[in-house]
Amino acid sequence: MRYLPLTANDRTDMLAAIGVKNIDELFANVPKSKLMRGLPDLPLTKGEIEVERNMGAMAAKNRPASAGPFFVGAGAYKHHVPASVDHLIQRSEFLTSYTPYQPEIAQGTLQYLFEFQTQVALLTGMEVANASMYDGSTAAGEAVLMAHRVTRRKKAVLSGNLHPHYADVIETISRMASDTVVRLDANPVAATADLKAVAAQIDAETSCVVIQTPDVFGNLHDLTALALACEKAGALLIAVVTEVVSLGAVTSPGAMGADIVVAEGQSIGVGLNFGGPYVGLFAAKQKYVRQMPGRLCGETVDAEGKRGFVLTLSTREQHIRRDKATSNICTNSGLMCLAFTIHMTLLGEKGLRQLAAINHANACDLADRLGAVKRVEVLNASFFNEFTIRVPGDSAKIIEKMARKGVLGGVPASRLLPKNKAVKDLILVANTEVNTDDDRAAFVAALEASI
Amino acid sequence: MAMNTQGRPTSAGEASTKSHKTFTGNYGLQIEEPLSFEIGRPETTGVDLPAPKKMTSRLGKLARAGEIGIPGLSEPETMRHFVRLSQKNYGIDTGLFSLGSCTMKHNPRLNEKMARLPGFGDVHPMQPQSTVQGALELIDTLAHYLKELTGMKAVAMSPKAGAHGELCGMMAIKAALEAKGEGHRRTVLVPDSAHGTNPATAALIGFEVKAVPAQADGTVHVADVKALLGPDVAAIMLTNPNTCGIFEKQIVEIAKAIHAAGAYFYCDGANYNAIVGKARPGDLGVDAMHINLHKTFSTPHGGGGPGSGPVVLSERLAAFVPYPFVHVGNGFELVENEGRKTKAEKPFGRLTAFHGQMGMYVRALAYMLSHGADGMKQASEDAVLNANYIRAGLKDLMSLPFGDQPCMHEALFDDAWLKDTGVTTLDFAKAMIDEGYHPMTMYFPLVVHGAMLIEPTESESKASLDLFIATLRDLARAAKRGEVERFRGAPYHAPRRRLDETRAARNPVLRWTKPQPLAEAAE
Amino acid sequence: MATTRYTKDHEYVRVEGDVAVVGITDYAQQALGDVVFVELPSIGKDVAKGKGAAVVESVKAASDVYAPVSGKVVEVNADLEGAPGTVNEDSSGKGWFFKMKLANPKDLDDLMDEAAYKAYLATIS
Repeated sequence: MRYLPLTANDRTDMLAAIGVKNIDELFANVPKSKLMRGLPDLPLTKGEIEVERNMGAMAAKNRPASAGPFFVGAGAYKHHVPASVDHLIQRSEFLTSYTPYQPEIAQGTLQYLFEFQTQVALLTGMEVANASMYDGSTAAGEAVLMAHRVTRRKKAVLSGNLHPHYADVIETISRMASDTVVRLDANPVAATADLKAVAAQIDAETSCVVIQTPDVFGNLHDLTALALACEKAGALLIAVVTEVVSLGAVTSPGAMGADIVVAEGQSIGVGLNFGGPYVGLFAAKQKYVRQMPGRLCGETVDAEGKRGFVLTLSTREQHIRRDKATSNICTNSGLMCLAFTIHMTLLGEKGLRQLAAINHANACDLADRLGAVKRVEVLNASFFNEFTIRVPGDSAKIIEKMARKGVLGGVPASRLLPKNKAVKDLILVANTEVNTDDDRAAFVAALEASI
Repeated sequence: MAMNTQGRPTSAGEASTKSHKTFTGNYGLQIEEPLSFEIGRPETTGVDLPAPKKMTSRLGKLARAGEIGIPGLSEPETMRHFVRLSQKNYGIDTGLFSLGSCTMKHNPRLNEKMARLPGFGDVHPMQPQSTVQGALELIDTLAHYLKELTGMKAVAMSPKAGAHGELCGMMAIKAALEAKGEGHRRTVLVPDSAHGTNPATAALIGFEVKAVPAQADGTVHVADVKALLGPDVAAIMLTNPNTCGIFEKQIVEIAKAIHAAGAYFYCDGANYNAIVGKARPGDLGVDAMHINLHKTFSTPHGGGGPGSGPVVLSERLAAFVPYPFVHVGNGFELVENEGRKTKAEKPFGRLTAFHGQMGMYVRALAYMLSHGADGMKQASEDAVLNANYIRAGLKDLMSLPFGDQPCMHEALFDDAWLKDTGVTTLDFAKAMIDEGYHPMTMYFPLVVHGAMLIEPTESESKASLDLFIATLRDLARAAKRGEVERFRGAPYHAPRRRLDETRAARNPVLRWTKPQPLAEAAE
Repeated sequence: MATTRYTKDHEYVRVEGDVAVVGITDYAQQALGDVVFVELPSIGKDVAKGKGAAVVESVKAASDVYAPVSGKVVEVNADLEGAPGTVNEDSSGKGWFFKMKLANPKDLDDLMDEAAYKAYLATIS
């Protein structure tokens, strides 16, 4: 077997050196009746050729995003990732290293984490950021738990236009931890009404408000007033961003007064991967840093006075605080952070702003084209690169019809909100820099032919 | 004759062997690299993008004003920046990575190639299901492998890492208890030797943690468990093989006692790699166990993630798998919500957006297909053989906390043998760096003083192990001879000397900030 | 003259009039290593004897500091926030944690005096 260097002779010699007759003597603690005699009922060793054939066949049954017009978003976005990103993250020294517990031989990882934390803080408009969470949704769950620790209250208010998966994640952990969640109804049409409904729920028990911008329907929100309302009530404002490229074009949540910002970082550097691995961004005000979950990388010096980096403030974490830790998180999204950091470094402010501008302009173009289609209505007053349309009929069926015509036209809102009858005719449509005029024309044609 | 008139010397000659300080601070291939923020420029970008179409903005009043402050680098500068950073890192491909409990085995590159097939890497989680049948088939195939290997009934695929898997398993236990009207059970038994994630996970969802002692042989005895069982106990969280590298020999009796008391058995599967193809957790009485695909099934650790932590579940917990999960019928269906589930299924909720770590599933399955049933069993045996070979090669010089007994995939030493040498476990570890090795896990498990936990994995050849053993023997003798300087100052030959962690923690600097111009700074 | 009493968990309490000054002993600061952070109780908080009242952190450990006696916190050592190393440099002086008003002066009777504490240290080291 190509991954196993020991030869049969080696094994014999080594057993003798250890002083046992056979390998099963080393498994002596396993109860005899429980030690497997034969092999598991699975196929035997395969060479590379066979594995590639086998897995290639499975892969071929899927329709890749790049295979044709593609407008699917709702929390994960098809963006172009520069070739150098994927090359660099496959460097052995990055790919096959561990969490940087030995900082003297992990400065590469530590330095990019420090750069990542700085980039995330700047993008979100916050003072500090951690070294990543699993993804945006779990980051949102952790943010709510953190708000409970900071405020010593136990009630979270979730905006109705928060991504339903994010709301589900928060609800699940909250129910298990016996905390209270108030989850409002989605409001795809009157986006500002959602903000008002959220503000109306804030009371003396409220630990935090969770609100997303752009929201799941694509609407942009000015959070300034809500931040003030939270502050007045002693609650924290948690802002969620599921499309991080938007921060190249719109005001950061930090600038609007958010206390904690969580985001899905997949759009920068990370591919679609059918939902994971992604990278959760987590940023907060400096005063809350000791309640933050996850790893933090900090600057220091070595014995010769040279600048270096280490994991720090570790007493918050599970390996030290155990049952009193701020979170149970251990492994996070190291390599995805690296992809994010490299792509962000390539973009720089100039590239990010331009990327965001292209996304927005392309979406505006598509919205205008769709606005001209009979019986189709664009619902958003404002948006970044994703908006919601109303179509005549069952949106899920229309999306399936469009798919058969080669166009992946977006996400039917009913897939995310199956119980909400009011969204049955809505489609979330995303448009990024990868879509061309031809793609948009194909979208319109496929939609017209499917309604 | 044709004379060579270049005068170029070709022997080492009388070159000095002494080192000197360089002008740049670089030393050959070891090049100092500033932060991207210190070398980047706001007007620079390493991507060429077309000009955006001229459209009326729909950003309303929320268009970003002012600068963000992230400088850019051109592509060649970016390559150099990150390649130089990579050269300050130690990886599995560099050398033997003895970090116990972390299973730093070889990461096959076929896995990487498969994960990058557009049909896996470039599909969106919210595409119509009709367009991702192969992706769902892959998830279902991996689930089948995991269930077959562990002898368990069901598997929750979505957890994003080991600790997330623990959370999933403990939530399933809580849901099962509540379904039986036994939500009052709030105590979870956890040995002191457990990973910190165990008590942290239990506490996160409102359980109270009670410690179970281990006996002098390093294992938990059923009598100690029985003494703690009662109507308030919800579960035990036991790592097997345990964090001391020993298989819990009374595990079957412990499982029986736990079940008889109406509680559940959560097994931390971080060390499952020792027994794949040798013993099935389902046969041992385990109710829930997470599997770190990034340990046992070779997906790369990537400097701290991404991981993936599917949780296998016994018959007693199988109904509680969280959303989403796959139904197989006429094709594959991803069940994402209530409307599509069967009556028997009682999902406790959702752990993450979308469907989990697909990229890691592909890699893990590529590894499993490559190894096959025979290769996976051989890998477990080799991992155990390698660890015992190291234990046997060092036991006369270094001390074993639980006596001379076989270990599983990792060998645990304590620091009793360093007493009065003036060398600590930390010093010893740092001296290993100078010798070109990644140190073992140290000071864990907490139950052993000055613990040194060595896990070579099956990826090491005999020659590699022999050199490792010889190196550690040399270091051990040096420590005993009193060559303290070799240890206390170590590492001498790494990209950095020892770092001041006290300073980092006392005055946390967690991000780069623009240096203030002198005039302002003086204010 | 101030009386100082000690707990088995290495806290000290120095009674000055009706106020008790609480900190950790020199032995404790040495065992902890470099102190990097101290989490202090809020002023006005009632703390119960033997219950966690503060947390002291080194780089690799976080330890609860238990109230040696019951009472109300009247003052905390805010200087420790910027200079936690003071606990290492002067644990019995400038490195104090908080001051409290004793609820029950008899609580002191259960604690060790200096000689007893020294004898106790000799038994554990």
